[in-house]
Amino acid sequence: MTRPNPAQTVNDNPFMKPMEWVSLALLAAVIFVVLPMLLDAFRLNLVGKYLTYSFVALGLVICWGFGGILSLGQGVFFGLGGYLMAMYLKLEASSVENTKIQSTPGIPDFMDWNQITALPWFWKPFTSLPFTLIAVIVVPALFAFVIGTAMFRRRVGGTYFAIITQAIAAILTILIVGQQGYTGGINGITDLRTLNGWDIRTDQAHNILYFVNGALLVACILFAQYVKRSKLGRILVAMRDKEDRVRFSGYSVAGFKTFAFCLAAVFAAIGGAMFTLQVGFMSPSFVGIVPSIEMVIYAAVGGRLSLFGAVWGTLLVNWAKTTFSESFPELWLFGLGGLFILVVLAFPNGLAGIYRTYVEPRLTRRAKAPEPAPAALPHAAE
Amino acid sequence: MFGDYSLTDLSSIFVMQGFAGLILFSVYTLMALGLAIIFGQMGVINMAHGEFMILGAYVTYLCSGFFQTHLPALFPAYFFVAMALAFIASGALGMLVEWALIRHLYKRPLDTLLATWGLSLILQQTYRTIFGAREVGVELPAWLIGSVQVTDSIEIPINGMFVMAITTLITIGVALLMYRSRFGAQVRAVVQNRPMAGAVGIDTERVDRLTFGLGCGIAGIAGSAFTMVGSTGPTSGQLYIVDTFLIVVFGGAASLLGTIASAFSISQTQSTLEFFLSGSTAKVITLLAVVGILMLRPQGLFTLKVRR
Amino acid sequence: MAEDQGNGLPSALRRRLLMGLAGLPAMALMPRTSFAAAPATAAVNTTGLAVTDTEVTVGVLHSLTGTMAISETGAQQAEKLAIAQINEAGGVLGRKIKVVQEDGASDWPTFAEKAKKLLVNDHCAAVMGCWTSASRKAVLPVFEQYNGLLYYPTFYEGLEQSKNVFYTGQEATQQILASLDWVHKEKGAKSFFFIGSDYIWPRTSNKIARKHVENVLKGTVVGEEYFPLGHTQFNSVINKLKLKKPDVIFTDVVGGSNVAFYKQLKAAGIDLSKQVLLTISVTEDEIDGIGGENIAGAYSCMKYFQSLKNPNNEKFVAAFHKMWGEKTVIGDVTQAAYLGPFLWKMACEKAGSFDVDKVVAASPGLEFKEAPEGYVRIDPNHHLWSKTRVAKALPNGQFEVVYESPELIKPDPFPKGYQ
Repeated sequence: MTRPNPAQTVNDNPFMKPMEWVSLALLAAVIFVVLPMLLDAFRLNLVGKYLTYSFVALGLVICWGFGGILSLGQGVFFGLGGYLMAMYLKLEASSVENTKIQSTPGIPDFMDWNQITALPWFWKPFTSLPFTLIAVIVVPALFAFVIGTAMFRRRVGGTYFAIITQAIAAILTILIVGQQGYTGGINGITDLRTLNGWDIRTDQAHNILYFVNGALLVACILFAQYVKRSKLGRILVAMRDKEDRVRFSGYSVAGFKTFAFCLAAVFAAIGGAMFTLQVGFMSPSFVGIVPSIEMVIYAAVGGRLSLFGAVWGTLLVNWAKTTFSESFPELWLFGLGGLFILVVLAFPNGLAGIYRTYVEPRLTRRAKAPEPAPAALPHAAE
Repeated sequence: MFGDYSLTDLSSIFVMQGFAGLILFSVYTLMALGLAIIFGQMGVINMAHGEFMILGAYVTYLCSGFFQTHLPALFPAYFFVAMALAFIASGALGMLVEWALIRHLYKRPLDTLLATWGLSLILQQTYRTIFGAREVGVELPAWLIGSVQVTDSIEIPINGMFVMAITTLITIGVALLMYRSRFGAQVRAVVQNRPMAGAVGIDTERVDRLTFGLGCGIAGIAGSAFTMVGSTGPTSGQLYIVDTFLIVVFGGAASLLGTIASAFSISQTQSTLEFFLSGSTAKVITLLAVVGILMLRPQGLFTLKVRR
Repeated sequence: MAEDQGNGLPSALRRRLLMGLAGLPAMALMPRTSFAAAPATAAVNTTGLAVTDTEVTVGVLHSLTGTMAISETGAQQAEKLAIAQINEAGGVLGRKIKVVQEDGASDWPTFAEKAKKLLVNDHCAAVMGCWTSASRKAVLPVFEQYNGLLYYPTFYEGLEQSKNVFYTGQEATQQILASLDWVHKEKGAKSFFFIGSDYIWPRTSNKIARKHVENVLKGTVVGEEYFPLGHTQFNSVINKLKLKKPDVIFTDVVGGSNVAFYKQLKAAGIDLSKQVLLTISVTEDEIDGIGGENIAGAYSCMKYFQSLKNPNNEKFVAAFHKMWGEKTVIGDVTQAAYLGPFLWKMACEKAGSFDVDKVVAASPGLEFKEAPEGYVRIDPNHHLWSKTRVAKALPNGQFEVVYESPELIKPDPFPKGYQ
């Protein structure tokens, strides 16, 4: 009943429709021009952090919105990306020079406190930046591949998949917290300083990272758009709506689902790695169930079928969270809870749905006349 | 590891450990029963299940306070009143939620998950506003505290046996209700074929509402019983949610027997591992085993083929 | 001139504390003359902190929302009480303290963000805050980068010493060693069973305790178990306790698990009046949720208990109850948080400046005699010398102190031989 008309999401024609180019330009303008001009370094860093969550939301649009696979464990991949990046940064910050007061200099401080006297084997490769960057992509993808193949080939249903991914998030949190000698435990991996010699703690570095983050996000959107309009994207949507018919047509449903899940995992991991770089630490509190479900709501608010919506939704929810929790901390949970219910009940397609129903028809009507007034654009208010 | 202990020591430990496993089994069954009804029979994922449990716990807390100040003579028996009230309160809230929220979402099971998660946040904040952020201590009647001395070295906690008794009664009650009553027949009819059930004159909306209310009410009783063994605070419900879902999924939805079998196997595994290994290792191994088995056998232990 | 101010104030402060903290009316009567005598702003603030001729800004950073809000409420209330009392007594260097409060929301990056906001946007001269180690670890680089000043109230695992942080709670050895010695001597304890939540503080604490038991007390540790945070089923480990029959059960279980553990221990028939149980994670705050009758007879090891009998504490408890209600209980961390603003004030006055470097330099050796826990002193390693106390839990939720270390115990965040 709320399923969108497939014709709306999949277009056979050009790479992007004109309106989508406008959306992209608008998003790019806001990220690269408007926000940096309006906000001070502190707030900009905050927005940068929010944008890292929108990578996760973007992945969820692909696997949940298009593929119909809801993962409640995206925090796992966000965390994996973040931790892998943090391992590299931590090793660089733990040079023999910096850690000479430890009983074993040259290893991360939390290992020293846990009587570990040599770097564990799985930490060793992370002295290399290229290896780390590859690992940030490959490790989460492999992990998602293993989970995906195991489950989709046995035709695990949507709700089961959601609950199992949630359990995986719980297990990983317990493991990270328990294995503190190797992972930094509940405190996480903290006090990260430099990336290949470049100090990431300065305002200037935060600025540069913000723009790198923005560029990566746009690149991911374009890649997701490419997937969406490819044959694969159309099969995903078909599968979501009538899985059996796709299977009977001879397609490997499990393979496509696994691919969508892996792609979402990679996006989440890129977000996690950028999060670590901008925030300066990584901790198990981003791996567990609660952050994983919150990230789903970002995608839901933005519109689970809209790549741009995912980014706007993330920004909007986080902006609301920061504002409300500053001025009315008591009310925030009511607000967040109400948002979940409202979006699901009244606006299943989120901001993007509102835009398509109320704004787009007017815009296209007016587009035939001279040109659209910028004020009528949906997200200009942000 | 047993070299230093006498045979009597060991045998009594095995008896007590057996009981520990049975108590854990009862706790898990009680947690999962309400959810199994809702998820299994209706396909709705109720993420606020833990909050319905805590509502029962708070009702018990209020009852204990009320009896202490107004009816101290009846205090020893208050727990039964509290459980009945917990059932009514959670059940009523459940029916309200079904009417306001869930019935709009039956066609979108994944969305019920998001909506009920939102509901759980709202309920948590409500509890925090009303009862304060701190955990509350629920005072128990004296007869529920302590243990029964079976032999010199074997002691069985009374509240554990109480939970076992409650669980047994409720399980039998639910089984009778589901498989021997008119209502149960209607519920099963709706699960198996909704349009046909409606066509033969079953009020499916009413059945849905009562089923959801029943599941929530049982959660309320569980919460009430858990005040004896656990904590009562705004976020305590979250402690149970992952375990509960895994039990239901592992058992295979739509199967009461499956839920019980799954609660039994998970509790025995965990309780045995906890005895031989350390606590958190046992937990991780149990969860990994459950997830691993689910990957190989995603339909769970028992399944019922249904047509939707 | 600054020195004169500094010498004059403590006695005035004491008098005002004695007056019973009459509350707002007294604040209105504050002698305006003290402002006139205040040192010039340019002299006391050379690093661009938020200091005016009449005000100095201090940050308070705790979780008001989320899972940690339960624990952090008391600390935040104590800090506000201390600041109100300081203002009532004339402020710091003639300036009233203006509080900027931020919510860490139980989320570590939020703590880091808000810490940065307090330092960069609000230019706070000092920040009172944090509760968990994770939140402290998250804000630590921020304080070091922007040269801020943090007063951290919680007892914690040690292994840290930052130039920008003062730790007003105990590090692990201060809490553990004296209490183990006591239980060894008083109860003849030889065998110990450790039970903790599975994270850094219990693991580090138990490691220190194990070394002390094995190397110093020549006893044995017959078991060491950790449970995930939020675990609620302890029957198996309780059976192990029954099998191993340790002289002492030593626990550092936290949060909701704590409640479940003591309820199940009691239900299993382990009688705490016969079985010695020593805990380092239960204060008056926790007993509220556990229920006094479930834990009565257990020994808790802290530096402060609400029931301490000394004039400082009686005044403190009365003032706290007046400000926050009669029913609020006061735990160890709450008291440690109360010390922060006073220690900062004394350091500022000794330094004659709000400059962080000068305040830090002036701090070692400072003595605070009005502390509710009794006399404390700041060590050059930024932790406090304080006494360790062991107290028995009573059914009414309060504690009865049974042992108090004769001397102040030296803080030792990097204990040699215990790592």
